[in-house]
Amino acid sequence: MGMFEAILLTVITAATPLLLAAIGELVVERSGVLNLGVEGMMILGAVMGFAAAQATGSPYAGALCAMLAGMTLALLFGFLTIHLVANQVATGLALTLLGLGLAGMIGEAFVGRPGVRLQAIDIPVLSDLPVVGRILFGQDLLVYISLALVAAVTYVLFHTRVGLVIRAVGDNHGSAHALGVSVRKVRYLAVLFGGACAGLAGGYLSLAYTPQWIEGMTAGRGWIALALVVFATWRPLRLLAGAYLFGAVGIMQFHAQAHGFGIPSQFLSALPYAATIAVLVIISRNRILTRINTPACLGRPFVPDR
Amino acid sequence: MRLELEKRAEHSAAMALLSPVIALALTLVSGAILFAALGQNPARALYVFFIDPLTASWSLQELVVKATPLILIGVGLAVCYLSNTWNIGGEGQFTAGALAGSILPILFAGFESPLTLPLMLLMGVAGGMAWAAIPAFLKVRFGTNEILTSLMLVYIAQLLLDWLVRGPWRDPAGFNFPESRMFTAAATLPALADGRMHVGAIFALIAVAALAVVLMKTRKGFEIRVLGQAPRAGRFAGFSQNRMVWFAFLLAGGLAGLAGISEVSGSINQLTPVISPGYGFTAIIVAFLGRLNPIGILFSGLLLALSYLGGEAAQVALGISDKTTRVFQGMLLFYVLACDTLILYRIRLGGPAATGKGA
Repeated sequence: MGMFEAILLTVITAATPLLLAAIGELVVERSGVLNLGVEGMMILGAVMGFAAAQATGSPYAGALCAMLAGMTLALLFGFLTIHLVANQVATGLALTLLGLGLAGMIGEAFVGRPGVRLQAIDIPVLSDLPVVGRILFGQDLLVYISLALVAAVTYVLFHTRVGLVIRAVGDNHGSAHALGVSVRKVRYLAVLFGGACAGLAGGYLSLAYTPQWIEGMTAGRGWIALALVVFATWRPLRLLAGAYLFGAVGIMQFHAQAHGFGIPSQFLSALPYAATIAVLVIISRNRILTRINTPACLGRPFVPDR
Repeated sequence: MRLELEKRAEHSAAMALLSPVIALALTLVSGAILFAALGQNPARALYVFFIDPLTASWSLQELVVKATPLILIGVGLAVCYLSNTWNIGGEGQFTAGALAGSILPILFAGFESPLTLPLMLLMGVAGGMAWAAIPAFLKVRFGTNEILTSLMLVYIAQLLLDWLVRGPWRDPAGFNFPESRMFTAAATLPALADGRMHVGAIFALIAVAALAVVLMKTRKGFEIRVLGQAPRAGRFAGFSQNRMVWFAFLLAGGLAGLAGISEVSGSINQLTPVISPGYGFTAIIVAFLGRLNPIGILFSGLLLALSYLGGEAAQVALGISDKTTRVFQGMLLFYVLACDTLILYRIRLGGPAATGKGA
């Protein structure tokens, strides 16, 4: 395997958890809900996915359990913000703190244990193609799922009635309610979808990226996913580009560390965080672009009148 | 399930006082269930967690030591949240303050004068303010989301600390441990009593008193609340939202920086790769549990400090992971936010179907 190919493969594995978490959050925010708890749902997904894979020996059972873990936290978030109209920013933070705490507690038994790795699925014939074969057709299932999700979300959001309803709820919940749409139901479903995606993203970390449990292994990826949604101006295809860009930044860091270059490793580790700030600044400088695309009811509470 | 909210005519003062208490009670009940699930006797576990640390004088001192940074950061964050500025990077500002304040005792260890400590504290405050100035500037100048930038800066500050104590600031006589040199006596915050408690606690009390006055008695306090609750009205009144973002961030950053240098100089006495068990994040819970009120934060700071001590005690006495502390803290914030709904709304279960759809 050539160097170039090797780098591309690692970029894909680094980008996939970001993409999974961000595509879920994109749908959540399109429905007008800001869930800052991605990091918490992700890390609970990571530990529960690891635990389930250990118990059953199947990484797929692990991935399923990771999704359920993310959805459980998301349901909690939904109840507080949608039903009790609690402040979404604060509740999202609470979700992250709770998720980190729960994951740390549950994960203590798993520190240092070898994990179950999610195997790549080689698509026959195609994966033997030179150069692109392994990259395009020799990935694990979750990579394919992440890409399929981008396609599906793009289609559903912009080409179906369901997508129209989601966007209507996100842009003007008052009118959507007046038209007979159940704003709260739509938002619950979106939040649950976001939770499943974030949980799965966490599961990808502990089942495929580094198949083991490490305390705090999400390392801010949930927050970077949130930034990616802003960076992508709530559009799935731009999100895809952003996630792979950030996957590349993360991988660049490893390769730079391997080669030394005399740069302290901490500076290289800080790169994804600094890059996140940089892209947020670049995108927010264009205020019109941001204003046009931001769901108008993002973060606003909704209480149905009678 | 049908659960509907009914808006109260005016917000309930009784509930405003009761909601943190209800939240705490719910957390304790959930904690008891959690301990039972872990195979512990819930009553005994809760006793070890929340009462035992209050029975010895050394642990009461430790309680104050841990509450100090929580309160200092918490009151600053309260001003941010009251004015609708979402600074969640207290942990980074704490770290930056600790770093800036440590320049003197680490690089100029020979400089021992009565001025050493005041200069260190000032530099700590400046360090925290400088770190907080970044998201404030980006927010005001470019409209960049301050939640994400202030959080990213936490990771960057922690990596900077890690680099310094493993690299340029490592103690040459320290057997290669990733630690800075110990601070000299002139660079150490004086103890308050015969024990661990240090002068930082006084700073926290002053901050609480000062902000209580500012928020309740001054025009600035009014401006903070108006811009937080009704930004449009605030603008018509001639209040500048941009100036408020600067004010809130610099105040919170300065206080977090003061907390950082106080912790390092008064408690740890050197820089190590980890100087905080997440004080900056826990302070978010402190701020909300204290209802964003300085006096309330004084109490909630002590309570969350207790949760740290309880976690350690439970680990020693019962063999429960000290990670349960984080779970308790997370649950508490959840319950606080849920109970705060009761201030503005009345909850009706199983009401008539007149409302149409239950979600």
